[in-house]
Amino acid sequence: MDLVAVLALEVLFAIASLALISAGLAVIFGMMRVVNLAHGEFLMLGGYAAIIATNSGINIWISMLIVAPLVVAAIGVIVERLLIRFLYGRMVDTMLATWGLSLFFIGLVTTIFGNTTRGISSPLGGATVGDYKIGLYKLFIIGVTVVLLAAVYLVLRRTKLGLIARGTMQNANMASALGISPDKVYAITFAIGAGLSGLAGALLAPLTGIVPTIGIAYIAKSFITVIGGGAAILTGTISASTLFGTINQLVTFQSSPVFGEVALLVAAVILLRLLPQGITGRFFRRSM
Amino acid sequence: MLKATALHAGYGRIPILQGIDLSVGDGAFVGILGHNGMGKTTLLKTLMGFIRATAGKVELDGADVTAETPHRRNRRGMGYVPQGREIFPELSVFDNLRMGAVAHNGAAGEQVEAAIEEFPRLKPLLDRRGGALSGGEQQLLALARCLCGDPKLLLLDEPTEGIQPSIIDEIVETLSALRERRRLTVVLVEQNLDFIAALSERVLIIQKGVITREVTPAELSNPDLVGEFVGIAG
Repeated sequence: MDLVAVLALEVLFAIASLALISAGLAVIFGMMRVVNLAHGEFLMLGGYAAIIATNSGINIWISMLIVAPLVVAAIGVIVERLLIRFLYGRMVDTMLATWGLSLFFIGLVTTIFGNTTRGISSPLGGATVGDYKIGLYKLFIIGVTVVLLAAVYLVLRRTKLGLIARGTMQNANMASALGISPDKVYAITFAIGAGLSGLAGALLAPLTGIVPTIGIAYIAKSFITVIGGGAAILTGTISASTLFGTINQLVTFQSSPVFGEVALLVAAVILLRLLPQGITGRFFRRSM
Repeated sequence: MLKATALHAGYGRIPILQGIDLSVGDGAFVGILGHNGMGKTTLLKTLMGFIRATAGKVELDGADVTAETPHRRNRRGMGYVPQGREIFPELSVFDNLRMGAVAHNGAAGEQVEAAIEEFPRLKPLLDRRGGALSGGEQQLLALARCLCGDPKLLLLDEPTEGIQPSIIDEIVETLSALRERRRLTVVLVEQNLDFIAALSERVLIIQKGVITREVTPAELSNPDLVGEFVGIAG
């Protein structure tokens, strides 16, 4: 019984971390059709922002939940204004540019902080379930992910900003004919996506430690989740994370993390063969 | 209200508008009649700012707006109802209307309420997806959405295209009533002779990217004359 509880927690954590690392990408790719190959580096920068802020004396919760997303959102605004905005609608060019950006960030961070692993110890400690010990911090990440996804839903559904974002995503020209500046909408959307990625990178940093190249570990999984999810940003991310996270964790439990990753990739290949438009291309089509 | 001087525009290197001169007074209703491919839609898109003018000038209320983006022109009071209507398909009818009002400061809620009152046919449809409406309903919605931004000038691109005759009559009535009530200035681009004759005070004929002549709406009932002007039979 205890084992089941612990396993359930691990599965939930796997789902939550997939959703977390994919949320920012889902916003940027799903709403703006920008293939951001520097997404992993946004996560990496969030991790560094949190660790550096914590090590310089800022409370760890403030570092992770406020400093990191703000820093990376600011970087996102700069990137969008200086680079991305010239490339809307040119997917291949955007991929090349953001790939270059990714290499730039890795190089920059390596130069400044060195190619060594840094870390902060994960807060909250552990608790015991029968014979097993679980990290309370993982529970916290699950909780934050739920709150975050709920917040994204409420912003999209209930606020003026969400309405403008949804409309502009469907038809940017028409939105501009109604007085909305697509430039501004894109800049804000990109900043929000970057901020979400910064938050995710910061939250995972205590568990994984951080190196300049850690983005590479994230980017494939987050793209698989977003593409597997399909057009609906939220439902897609949630359903794909649930599917892939569960498979990954159960196989990991049965064998090893390496096979867990392999199973995730195999599941993604099969899924996209059967549902080329992703999960929400077939199911929950009217969702958000 | 609106003035275009020697306006040139095109797609890439292909010129479409070859020197349009157009002047529309406050409260006027001007129809522009022409064949497919004569530059009607291009003219409206250039007036709205979607296509950059390669030469010439667009003025709105005396201000030169030739270099402005569409959203700035809209905020100055230029409303645009495009060909094909371009309803946001995944937004509800109500949210489509809110999109029309959201960039215009102040009483956005009231503007939406007013538009719903003016288009009673939309009232039972407010929760429907925009993409689920019929062509005629979408046309009414596109008009209502545009009015939510409280424009002074309305640019209408072929509102009768692909729409059943009963709704065309309704659009004629609605537009006449709206024009009175809101003191709108309207530029209408059309191929439908009855529709353009029923609403316009002046009708301009566009041929190969220039305005070739001006006729009265009454003259449009003479098929021989019309054939001579535009080459389409009434």
